Amino acid sequence: MRFLGFSTDYRVFFSEDNPQLVAFETLQNTYTKNDNVMFAVEPKDRKVFTPQTLAIVEEITQASWKIPYSLRVDSITNFQYTWSEGDDLVVQDLIENAESFTDEQLKKVQAVALAEPLLRNRLITQKSDITGINVTINLPHKSISETPEVVAFVRDMKDKFEKKYPSIKIYLTGVVFMDNAFNEAGEGDMKSLVPVMYSIVLIIMALTLRTFWGTFVTVLIMAFSILTGMGLAGWSGILLTPISANAPTIILTLAVADSIHILVTLFYEMRHGKSKYEAIQESLRVNHQPVFITSVTTAIGFLSLNFSDSPPFRDLGNIVAMGVMAAYVYSVLFLPAMLSLLPLRVKAGSSSQNGFIDALGDWVIHNRKSLFWGMMSLIIVLSSQIPRIEIDEKFNEYFDTRYQFRVDNDYVEKHLTGFESIEYSLKAGESGGISNPEYLKKVDAFAEWYREQPGVLYVSTLTDTMKRLNKNMHGDDESYYRLPDERDLSAQYLLLYELSLPFGLDLNNQINIDKSSTRFTAILESVSTQAALDLEDSAQEWLRNNAPPEMASHGASPLIMFSHIAMRNIDSMMTGTILALLLISAILAGVLKSFKLGLISTIPNLVPVFMTFGIWAIFVGHIGMAVSVVAPVALGIIVDDTVHFLSKYRRARQELGKTAEEAVRYSFHTVGTALFLTSVILVCGFFVLTFSGFQMNVHLGLMTTIAILCALVADFLFLPTLLMRFSDPSPLREAELKI
Amino acid sequence: MKIFITLFTSILLFSGLAFAETPEDKGLAIAKEDDRRDNGFQDFTANMVMLLKNRQGEESVRHIRNKTLEVEGDGDKSISIFDRPRDIKGTALLNFTHKTGTDDQWLYLPALKRVKRISSANKSGSFMGSEFAYEDVTSQEVEKYSYKWIRDEDHEGEKCFVFERYPVYKNSGYTRQVVWLDQKEYKILKIEFYDRKNAPLKTLKQSKFKQYLDKYWYPEEMHMKNHQTGKSTLLTWTKYKFKNGLKDKDFNKNSLKRAR
Repeated sequence: MRFLGFSTDYRVFFSEDNPQLVAFETLQNTYTKNDNVMFAVEPKDRKVFTPQTLAIVEEITQASWKIPYSLRVDSITNFQYTWSEGDDLVVQDLIENAESFTDEQLKKVQAVALAEPLLRNRLITQKSDITGINVTINLPHKSISETPEVVAFVRDMKDKFEKKYPSIKIYLTGVVFMDNAFNEAGEGDMKSLVPVMYSIVLIIMALTLRTFWGTFVTVLIMAFSILTGMGLAGWSGILLTPISANAPTIILTLAVADSIHILVTLFYEMRHGKSKYEAIQESLRVNHQPVFITSVTTAIGFLSLNFSDSPPFRDLGNIVAMGVMAAYVYSVLFLPAMLSLLPLRVKAGSSSQNGFIDALGDWVIHNRKSLFWGMMSLIIVLSSQIPRIEIDEKFNEYFDTRYQFRVDNDYVEKHLTGFESIEYSLKAGESGGISNPEYLKKVDAFAEWYREQPGVLYVSTLTDTMKRLNKNMHGDDESYYRLPDERDLSAQYLLLYELSLPFGLDLNNQINIDKSSTRFTAILESVSTQAALDLEDSAQEWLRNNAPPEMASHGASPLIMFSHIAMRNIDSMMTGTILALLLISAILAGVLKSFKLGLISTIPNLVPVFMTFGIWAIFVGHIGMAVSVVAPVALGIIVDDTVHFLSKYRRARQELGKTAEEAVRYSFHTVGTALFLTSVILVCGFFVLTFSGFQMNVHLGLMTTIAILCALVADFLFLPTLLMRFSDPSPLREAELKI
Repeated sequence: MKIFITLFTSILLFSGLAFAETPEDKGLAIAKEDDRRDNGFQDFTANMVMLLKNRQGEESVRHIRNKTLEVEGDGDKSISIFDRPRDIKGTALLNFTHKTGTDDQWLYLPALKRVKRISSANKSGSFMGSEFAYEDVTSQEVEKYSYKWIRDEDHEGEKCFVFERYPVYKNSGYTRQVVWLDQKEYKILKIEFYDRKNAPLKTLKQSKFKQYLDKYWYPEEMHMKNHQTGKSTLLTWTKYKFKNGLKDKDFNKNSLKRAR
């Protein structure tokens, strides 16, 4: 456990060889990193261009160079404004000493700022009511405390400036804050939701089992299993993420299920007059095999998460798989040992639940025909809805409004600029080639095309700087606001400009060292992953049709990375789930010694998955990255129900020689209560996750809850009718004729 | 009278070195002695190759020829002629450094056939996309910094002064520089640069020193590594030639146009 660390970087969602991550890293290594912190400064009088507000912006700009790991600070005040004065090219901060600005000066800088494509819709709005200060942060990624360090520093700055200047309000956003929100989400859920969930599970257990010592021992089993799973995770160097931080919760619910099966049988036997030791022995005899099988199948379900392209999901799967196997060992070894030492008492004959479950069993047997067709049609109707599900999600909706990041970011997106970006490294194909007029024209055309696309707020490209320089070199003649016609002219303008730029504001963040490629950045308003991928697709098409082959470049950005991984995760999880299902069915066929039962078992295992996605399609409609893991998670749990039911059914048929109908009744009687109880506890456990402020966890919790309920419905209302319908020995047919 | 003053200042200087009271005094004395040892070269020409590397492993080369004229009582004058990349071939930069105040710079653009004055008060940016800032490559006058001696230490087998210097220039990109200067020949072996938030930014290592005119020690290689961006630049100097008889008239806007 002591090795467990919390990761604070969105990059953990990607494996090292993820192609979009590689493209993004290449881009950042060629130019500079683009993790950022963005201050949005909103004066209360909604006028940015006043001496007071501009002076404050100057001060914040200055102070931002002191932010840890900052590489560059861009604002309307330190924007490098160029103009010509005789034979001089003057390059200087657009706004300096604003406090003493006259109205005329204010009007002039406002006009310059609003006309500047590098500022408009990024750092200043048309209405000039809010302005941004963008700080490029270059995290060395050597320690997990870097992000919180930056965040703490920047929040402190905000507090100080807001206190010093009550006339302004500051909003904070940027990649660093998003990273931090991931971190807070994981930690927050662990601190707030998990204790709630533990209490709920304990209360339900104590109430339903009506035993103090039984509950006590179960708590120990839970604790040991979680410690084992998490401890092994720490040992193997797994970093916790908001996703893998769910592992304790899931282990807990599964450990509870194991214990409950053993306890329920034990108390049942004791109520029916057996001594404590005999009851323990009997309970282990009938439960050992199903508990073992369910543990193995659940572990397989979770291990199938290893097919995911995203490491946190793989970690989750591996931690839970270890925890589940630990829970099995503790349940069959430690639980009976403890129970035999502890004083256990039961009131004989108090089994109201069994009465209810038995009645349910009878009802199912009596109405099996209508149930079978009713369930069939329900399943078909629900399944038919699945194609309506769209694989789509919005990045900024990962966090709900409980997170300051979401609140601030929503505000900034609404009033100033977008959070999402797509970036390209556009190659000219030769050293110094970025000065080639042909190249510049292509880049400019690409920028023009991009600016017209829906959802695109802003495009940053070198060509705007080149046009401005050309104008400056011709005595600020507006008619020269166009790209230079000659290659050496462009190159020499650039050299002159570069020699004039101050520390930190050079062009190295947009031109590579060989001057053979430039960085092209588009800022988008909040878009869904699907829209982002569509935009990137049409950009690729534009480049293919209009640009020379060397310019071809794939869009890179966290948005593109997450968009791709959501798709790929879902694809890989399909494979994983199908393989797991096949494996589980094979194991069931082997253990139950019946190919047919193995085959039949796939139906109640699959049906809840179909029903769940069907319900999801009707009520939610779109799925994202998190949901792609629900299938394997739910599968592991769903299979448990089937295993317990089928193993009792088989025992009744083969050991006790009962008919299908009697065997169904027997199954209801022996495991019905335990199944019902474990489902209730699991539902409570997962439902708690829906109170998370982190959308992936909300979806994970909600969908698993639905899946568990569907599994219970399928196992109680559908599996028995199947068994009775397709069971061959004649007693079934006779029974059917009687109805 | 003049002899007397020179004598007097030498005594002051000497006593300053020997009986330095504060680390600040000692640092300043070291810088002054370094400056004194560099004086009197008159002029030199040299060729420079810049090799730029980024984190991605890309490389790029710049070729520059350099002429420098020593100016008594003020900073040096220099002309840099760019030979490569070919797009900027023939572009030449004239530079007047000043002991105090901002330096003057003009750039001749052959494509425009015009000399443009670089009118920027804030020239602390990257020099030609390299990891050298303009303030790193310009002539290092004593007055541009304040100083503080830190300790003496062996560095790569040579006994060194280790001192800090703090830029006077308000737009400097640095809060401080830590300098390793060898005590025997006053060669700067290493400089560590700290950025505005006082975090380590770059390290300059100078090597392959050669002595010219039996007096002046110049490095043939200057390697600047940026710790924050992972980029680096290697400057290689060749063909040092001293006392070429360069005159003041070789360093003005007209001579800049003719510089080839």
